[in-house]
Amino acid sequence: MPGGRTKRVPEPKLIFEKSRPGRIGCNVPRCDTPEVDLSKALGKTRAELDLPEVDELTLLRHFTNLSQINYGIETGFYPLGSCTMKYNPKVNEATARFQGFANLHPMQPEATIPGAFEILHGVQSMLCEITGFDHITLQPLAGAHGEMTCLMLIKAYFEARGESQRSVVLVPDSAHGTNPASAARCGYDVKSIPTDADGNTDLVALEKALAGEDGQKVAALMLTNPSTLGLFEPNIEKICNMVHAVGGQVFCDGANMNAMVGTTRPGDHGFDCMHLNLHKTFSTPHGGGGPGCGAIGLKDHLAPYQPVPVIRKEGENLVADYDRPLSIGRVAAFYGQFLMEVRAYTYLRAFGREHMADISRFSVLNANYVRARLKDVLPPAHNRPCMHECILTAEKYKKEHDVRALDISKRLIDYGFHPPTNYFPLIVPECLMIEPTETETKETLDEFCDAMISICHEAVENPDLLHDAPSTSVVGRLDETLAVKQLDVRWKRPQPVGV
Amino acid sequence: MANVPADLKYTKSHEWVRVDGNLATIGITDHAQSELGDIVFVDLPAVGAEISQGNSFGTVESVKTAADVYAPISGKVVAANAGLGSASELMNSDPYGDGYMVTIEMSDASQLDGLLDAAAYSALL
Repeated sequence: MPGGRTKRVPEPKLIFEKSRPGRIGCNVPRCDTPEVDLSKALGKTRAELDLPEVDELTLLRHFTNLSQINYGIETGFYPLGSCTMKYNPKVNEATARFQGFANLHPMQPEATIPGAFEILHGVQSMLCEITGFDHITLQPLAGAHGEMTCLMLIKAYFEARGESQRSVVLVPDSAHGTNPASAARCGYDVKSIPTDADGNTDLVALEKALAGEDGQKVAALMLTNPSTLGLFEPNIEKICNMVHAVGGQVFCDGANMNAMVGTTRPGDHGFDCMHLNLHKTFSTPHGGGGPGCGAIGLKDHLAPYQPVPVIRKEGENLVADYDRPLSIGRVAAFYGQFLMEVRAYTYLRAFGREHMADISRFSVLNANYVRARLKDVLPPAHNRPCMHECILTAEKYKKEHDVRALDISKRLIDYGFHPPTNYFPLIVPECLMIEPTETETKETLDEFCDAMISICHEAVENPDLLHDAPSTSVVGRLDETLAVKQLDVRWKRPQPVGV
Repeated sequence: MANVPADLKYTKSHEWVRVDGNLATIGITDHAQSELGDIVFVDLPAVGAEISQGNSFGTVESVKTAADVYAPISGKVVAANAGLGSASELMNSDPYGDGYMVTIEMSDASQLDGLLDAAAYSALL
């Protein structure tokens, strides 16, 4: 079998199962203070706490073995669509650990941290130039948080203008689920706009949603560009003009910014605001729940409402400006995820202006290479070049061989690759969404494509191989339905027999 | 192939309607449940609620996604399938029977004329 693990790894025991009473894993210094009875201090005895007790070597092997069954970008190709799982250069980690950054305290007087302000302002300035917006706010802690912050600014803008009747947010049916969720969270009614046969926003439906009295109720359109179909919206300027003509605002979901960095700028397309995922596009690590950074870009007219503090230049100095009476307030503690900004700063400066476009060019090239190599076995959902990710459909395997996109993905685990995104966007049947990113070599892409082609042949010749996959991983096919219905994430000590 | 019983009416958005006098029972089609995958949660309107044609009256959540279910016709809910609360999988195993969602008292039976018959619905799949 090409690549990957070839036999199932035994399921590891939990640290609790390895525990034996009285075993100690660390050499505690001699106690030079009065001893305190644990049960008196905590109200629980050692036995009641039920913590695992193991020796140092058992502990070390336990976590080393666990780390070896983990899968990440540093162990293999991770083509999870809409997630931009690019490699994050180690130099970002080195700078984030500089004592001058890592040991800062958020309550330190401003006068003592000009270097930190330099980083924040530097990231803001570079992102302004890359996106074409007038202002950048780095506070939001995740992509959806950035979306929501943009909508809060739009809401404040309309309230200040006496246009509170604008209660509707338009969201294309190809959007990330967070878009309608952010709009609903801000108190807006969400109206879905369909996608046309070419994968673009349906202009006839949009015109209808903006017509007459309905148009006066529209606060904003939330548009992902390139769309989640991996396609650049060719009517982008026209769409922005249509929404502006009825007085609405246009938000760009920047989850797919990797396709545009250094090549084209959403601020120039006509958007009023956008969010960026620094943890995707600008290489501050992500996955496992963060910490992320959902920076937002704004045009001048939304700037009075932006969150405080605003880091800006005053004469020769950088200051944190809190004196902004129209501000929506804070959306995060202090300055957001500061060390993420250090990583983004490092990444941006490492590329520099002259190489910035390499990010988008190579990510688009890699996605189109995968698309072209797989098109005979997995047809693209739309017959035109894609941007940074390709959307393929496994519909024919479902119809002819009872093999679903999910089965193909599970089989890919046996070949040693992380599966792509499945069943998103929802409007493509049996959808596989592959985003290779710019950091992969042609050799890796070829190994992946060879595996996919081989799996598609297996789907025809021996579909049960796919139905039963994965067969080489620590756990086999999981019962996802049972997991959702009876969520059980806590280990319980088995009761002794006969009690 | 998806099961499309001949005696029901259908919508383009994959709901079915079974008419019995002035009552209409509504659910999602076999094709819809197959596309959604295993259904894990169903949100239904309360008995007595008014539902109106074309608007969402409930939500179905599967391992893949959450989807709105749209009212094929307007009316007042006289029964909501309480059994789905603990056994949402009935929508997968028996979409036209025990997996139904609601029964309504129709407010305008002429709306039925605008729905699809089995042949027209099958042609969409």
